[in-house]
Parts: sequence; C-alpha cells; structure tokens
Amino acid sequence: MQTSTQPRFGTEELSVFYGTHEAVKKINMEFPEKSVTALIGPSGCGKSTFLRSLNRMNDEIASARVTGRIWMDGEDLNDRDTDAVTLRQKIGMVWQRPNPFYKSIYENIAFGPRYHGTRSKKKLDEIVEQSLRRAALWDEVKDRLKESALSLSGGQQQRLCIARALSVSPQILLLDEPASALDPVSTGKVEELVIELKKELRIVIVTHNMQQAARVSDYTAYFYLGNLVEHDDTTRLFSNPANQMTQEYIMGRFG
Amino acid sequence: MENNKGSAGGFARHRREDLIGKTYTYICVLLLIIVITAIVYFVASKGLATFITDGVSPVEFLFGTHWNPVGDNASFGALPFIAGSFIVSLLAALIAGPLSICAALFMTEIVPGKGKRILQPVIELLSGIPSVVYGFIGLTVLVPFISALTGGDSIGYGVAAGALVLSVMILPTITSIAADALASLPRGLREASYALGATRWQTIYRVILPTLAPSLWTGIILGIARAFGEALAVQMVIGNAPFIPKSLLTSASTLTSVITLNMTNTSTGSVQNNVLWSMALMLLFMTFVFIIVVRLLQRRNKL
Amino acid sequence: MNAKTADKVATGVIIFFAVLIVAILGGLLGYILVRGLSHISWDFLTSPSQNFKAGGGIGPQLFNSLFLLVLTMIITVPIGLGGGIYMSEYAKDNKLTGFIRLVVEVLSSFPSIVVGLFGLLLFVNTFGLGYSLLSGAIALAIFNLPLMVRITEQSFRAVPREQKEAGLALGLSKWKIITSILLPVALPSLITGTILAAGRVFGEAAALLFTSGMTTPPLDFGDWNPLHPRSPINPLRSAETLAVHIWKVNSEARIPDAKEVSAGASAVLVIMVLIFNLIARWFGRFVYRRITASKRMD
Repeated sequence: MQTSTQPRFGTEELSVFYGTHEAVKKINMEFPEKSVTALIGPSGCGKSTFLRSLNRMNDEIASARVTGRIWMDGEDLNDRDTDAVTLRQKIGMVWQRPNPFYKSIYENIAFGPRYHGTRSKKKLDEIVEQSLRRAALWDEVKDRLKESALSLSGGQQQRLCIARALSVSPQILLLDEPASALDPVSTGKVEELVIELKKELRIVIVTHNMQQAARVSDYTAYFYLGNLVEHDDTTRLFSNPANQMTQEYIMGRFG
Repeated sequence: MENNKGSAGGFARHRREDLIGKTYTYICVLLLIIVITAIVYFVASKGLATFITDGVSPVEFLFGTHWNPVGDNASFGALPFIAGSFIVSLLAALIAGPLSICAALFMTEIVPGKGKRILQPVIELLSGIPSVVYGFIGLTVLVPFISALTGGDSIGYGVAAGALVLSVMILPTITSIAADALASLPRGLREASYALGATRWQTIYRVILPTLAPSLWTGIILGIARAFGEALAVQMVIGNAPFIPKSLLTSASTLTSVITLNMTNTSTGSVQNNVLWSMALMLLFMTFVFIIVVRLLQRRNKL
Repeated sequence: MNAKTADKVATGVIIFFAVLIVAILGGLLGYILVRGLSHISWDFLTSPSQNFKAGGGIGPQLFNSLFLLVLTMIITVPIGLGGGIYMSEYAKDNKLTGFIRLVVEVLSSFPSIVVGLFGLLLFVNTFGLGYSLLSGAIALAIFNLPLMVRITEQSFRAVPREQKEAGLALGLSKWKIITSILLPVALPSLITGTILAAGRVFGEAAALLFTSGMTTPPLDFGDWNPLHPRSPINPLRSAETLAVHIWKVNSEARIPDAKEVSAGASAVLVIMVLIFNLIARWFGRFVYRRITASKRMD
C-alpha cells in the first residue's frame, strides 16, 4: 500500500495544537534510514513538541491535539486505530534530564524486554549486556549491575537511559536535547554514541548546540514559530543556508 | 513487518491491564461517592423524621430553649446545645487563633529554619494525641484547676474547660495552615517592606497578615469546624447541663455531647432517639456551611 | 510607643506564645507519662478490665485496638490507594474531578461521631452486624479513607513526571507504569503517610462508641477460630478499644481506680502514637536511603 508520496518514516502535514494555539504547523519531513536528523531552532519553536508527537507522547497531554499523518512503513501512526502503546516500543526516546527508573542498573534495562515477553534469565542477561555495550556503559557498570541506577553519575545515567531505550530493539530513536544537562566529557561520549548508533537505526535529535548538530547529524531542520523553515543536508545548511532566517540563527548561535 | 494495529500478544495484554487499572480505580472512586451519598441520605432521613413523622416543630427544635424529651409535656428545644456548640467552638478559635498565628510567625518570620525544626514536630505530636486523652487531662487537671481558681465557687466543669481543651486540640489545624500560607509568600514582599524602613512587626502587621488574611481565616474556620464536630473531649469536661450557659463557668452541653450521652439510652425509632439524629443532621449541615465558607475564602485568595 | 518598641514587644509576645505551645505539649506528655507509667505493668497490660472493683487491666482493650487497626487498614488501604491513584493518574481536569475532590473534602470534614452514627444505622442495625469489630472497622475505614486518598494522590504526584514518560516510551501499559514504575517511587511517602494515618485511627473513639461497642465479651486467647464467639479474632464480636475504654471509665463505669486506669491507658495510647510517629519518620528515611544509596538492591 506504499505510495510514492509516503515517506518510509516521516510526517505529512503534521500539526500540533494546544487548545486553539497551533504550536507545530503542517510539517512534512522524512527521516532517512541509518541517519541522524537534527532539529534546531530557538526555544518555543515547536521542535520538541514535534519530536514528542512522533511517538505519540502528546497523547498524554489532555489539551494537545495532533493532526496530519506520521508514516512508518506504509502505516499512519497518528491514526486513531493505531495503538500508541505498541508503536512506542519501536520508537525509543531519551530526554534532556536523565530519568533512570528507581531500580537497579540491571532492572532498568531488563524491565522493558521482560514486560514484552522475554522471560528467560539467560536471554535477559544477554539483552542487558548487549544494550549496555551498545550504549558504551558496559565496562563501567558490569561489576555493579545490582546497584541502584541513581548511584551512577549524570553522564552514566544518560547512557543508561539510552541503553534502556535500546533494550526493546527500537527502529527509531528520538533524543530530546540528550546532552544539554551533561558535562563536556559526558557530552562527548553521548555524541560518539549517536554517531555509532546511526549505523543501525534512524535517529532524530533536538539540540540547542549548533556545534553538536554539525558534529553528529547528517540532516538538519530549522524550526521557527512552529514552521519548518529549512531542512537540508547538514553541511549545506550550515555552510550555505538558503533562508535568511536560518542563516541569522546559525550565525548568532555559532558566534 | 509487525503491524501496530495487529494481533500481537502485547496488544491484548496492555489493553487488558489498562482495563483492570481503570475498573479498579473507578470502583474505588464510585465507593467514595456512594459512601457520602449514603451518609447524607440516611442521616437526613432519620433526622427529618423528627419533624415529619413525630411532628416536632422545626422552629421549636432550632429556637426552643427548653429540653425535656420525656413525659407528656415533652419539649425538644435544642437551642441550648446548638448555642453550646457555637459558644465553645468560637471561644476555642478565639484562644487558638492568635496562638496559632504567632506559632506560625515564629516558624517563618522570627526564627526561620530553626523555629520550624522545633515547632513542627511539636505541632504534629499535638495533633496526634487522641481526643479522649485531651478529655482525660481536661478532667483531671483543668477542671480542678478552674474550680480552685474560683475558690471553689465553681465545680470547674463548663464552657471554659470545654473551650480550653478544644483550643489546644485545634491549635495544630490552624498553625499548619497558617505556616503553609506564610511559607508560600514571595520573599520580595518582605524585602520591599524592609527596604522602606519598616520594622519586622510593621512588616508582619501591615504587609504579611493582610495579604494572608483569607488563608488565615481558612485555618480558623477549619479549626472551628473541627471543634464543632469534636465529641468526647468536650463531653468529658463541659458538665452536660441542658441549659444555655450564662457564664464561662456554668455547665453546658453541645450537640455532640448530647448525642454521645443519649444515643444508646434511647430506643430506635422513638422521638427521643430521632431528635438526636436531627442534631446529627445539624452537624452535617454545619460541615457543609464550613466548607462553603472555606471555598469562598479560597476564591478570594486567588484574586 | 514608637515603632522600635512595638517591634520588640510584638517579637516578645510571639516568642512567648511559641514557648507556651512547646510547654503545653511538654506538660501534656509529662503529665500523662508520669502519672500513667507508674501504673503500667505487665499485669495491667494483659489482664482483663473490671467493671466495679479496682485492679482491672486493659489487656482485651489493647488487643482490640490493635486488631481493629489491622482490620481497618485492610479495608482502607486498597480503596484509598485506588481513589488516590485515580485522582493523580486518571482524573482529567474537568467538572467531574472537581466534584470528586469536593466529595473527598466533605468526607474528611464530617465529624467522626456522625460517621459512627452512620455505622450504627447501616452496619450495626440495617445489615445486622451488631456492635462488632467489623462494624467498627468499616466506620473507621470511612473516617480514614479521605486521608488515605489524599496521601496516595500526593505521593504519586511527587513522583517525577519523567518516570512516567520513560515507561511510556518503552511501550508499557499505563497500569504497568503505575504499579511497577511509579508505585515503588511513591512507596516511602505512601508508607509514612499510612503509618501516621494509622496512629490517628488508633486513638479514635467517637466513631467506635456506636459501632464496635463499649463492651468486650470474655475472650479465650487459646481459641483462634474466627467463628467462635469467644475467639479474639471473631470479627462479629463486640470490642471496646483502649480509647473507648478511657472514655467509658471516666463517664459511665463505676470503678474506684478510674483515674489510675485512665492514666495508664492514656499513657499507653500516647506511647503508641509516639511510636507510630517515630516509625513513620524512620521508615521514610530508611527507604529513601535504600533507593538512592549505592547499596545492593534486587
């Protein structure tokens, strides 16, 4: 049922309303496979709201209403009949502030897969190790898996959250300013991780940091007042933006 | 490709779980609503039976001063008890109000930090002491003390003892509400006043207290409500005479004390018993009045 | 009087009142403990009470209070938990929620004696449960429910919102998130609040006079069959609690040592309340440390 106008994963005329206020306005975007797309723009431009609607997180906000379509392999995720709980398994998410569960490191990772049906202890152990390795955290925590996740440093906690998102084998990873609350060293680790992970999945990352967008992303989209102003190859967008507003924003942020 | 609408096991499972959760919590809320409806319905139907079935005049009940429930010339004037309830509750608030507000000021304005660390546990413990214990202490300490103060002219039981016992019991209610209100005050308000050269007392008196007046009144009203509904502690020290008290030292009764003493001594369905339910209905009615007043105060607070 | 003097006087008055309140508490506790502790002995705590002569104990009353507390909490906790979870996780911001909030507020403001009367009418008489532990437990549960709802709602609201989002993003059901992610985080304050509420139940008497009754049948502490009339755990037997006993010996009973018995029983009540307070504080801190510290946890 796939037609040429439908992106493999992307949005068509996607709008988000808070009450009558249109916070995100008719966005058409495609997120190519094995790539990182960065969403940039000033605070309140709608980029985070847009990101949150991709895995239907805005369902949880009573005043929010999302219109338009979110395509994923020929299926409209924003359709009323599409089950939000099931689709979120395929679209992982990591937030600005690390939010590990108040459980052990092991349990943080094993919780999702166990809920989704993996019962065997051996299999769970495997998933935990694999997820932590992919998040580049295994070596630091392998001897303390039973300790509380809250005993980890902020940077470690954030990588644990990435590992947790990976534990249920998502096809897409949404990152909402994942490094803005971290120190420079931890930020570097998270960025390396993003570059590493894009070999396997699509990543969409919201960031305020232009250098970060330039370092990790393949494509960049500039949002302003709920509009998608410009969406292009990252190198081209940063070196030669087509739009005056994009240029001014980038110049201001780099300066 | 697994379909998101599909028949995968996870689908049915999380739907089922959410159904369980919703059903369970909705039932609990429904129970709360049923309980409150039942209380109001049953107390009202029993309480109104006095007037409907037994033909007691509501005017006599509310304004009659003569209480003589047995015999041919029975009269059911409950005014002495209604008055008793109001008098002891208001007196208790009169004593506890200033005390509580001072305690709250002590915690937040005079010795911020340390004051709270000392007084907070004290207030919590005061609110934790069971009401019969208050009644017992009132009975064994306060009553003889009042009697001695009057040189033996009074037996000590009466309005004063009741109000004093109640005032200690409602102290925690008023204090914690006042302290919360004070803590919620923006710092800038105080600083602006100090910057104008006002002393601490001037700041408290002219700026802080007027700003918080609705919250403080809320605390006081809730304190009165608690005093109004308190039964055993008052009953133990008030003396239980069915008359409108003429002075602080005369023995009196409250709605709750009369109910407490007579409920099991009257037979169900008799007018003597039904009239006690009318008093319970009066208590319910006053609960609603207090809540309405508190809500009105809160609305004023938001402006 | 100038502003400086007024300030000094006012400060003095406020401090005086604060000290007075501390003194009142000190006096109350001191009086109860000094008068009561001398009367407390193993014999006093375990032997049955007397109706006419001196030397009675408070054994059955103490047992009744504790057992009634357990029964009450068995009813209160599940319902209060459900109501509180509804308020914090399911309730939408609309008129219905406003109404339910009002219901909880009204229910928590009802005088406990009115709740007791309701219990008398419905459970004791209409349902035919008689003066019994069960009637008392239901009345106390009604009395305690609004508090439990509020404690639950506050505990769940205090859980960071990000915890819930993390659960959603993993594709967990809402109910699974509530029970497995939010509940463990809310648990410390939930338990602290519940223990404090239990302390309140323990000292309550007005709601019990007409529900669990003012007498206790002779008990056989060797018989634990809940169906036997003399069994301590028969939920349909009448049961005078410690708080009710204190009221009764001071108001109705005719025992010569009423004051001593009351003092001893009051001391026991107050000590129990103190213990509840201490356990609540200690437990809250203990659980918090266990969750956040780098200790092993499973």
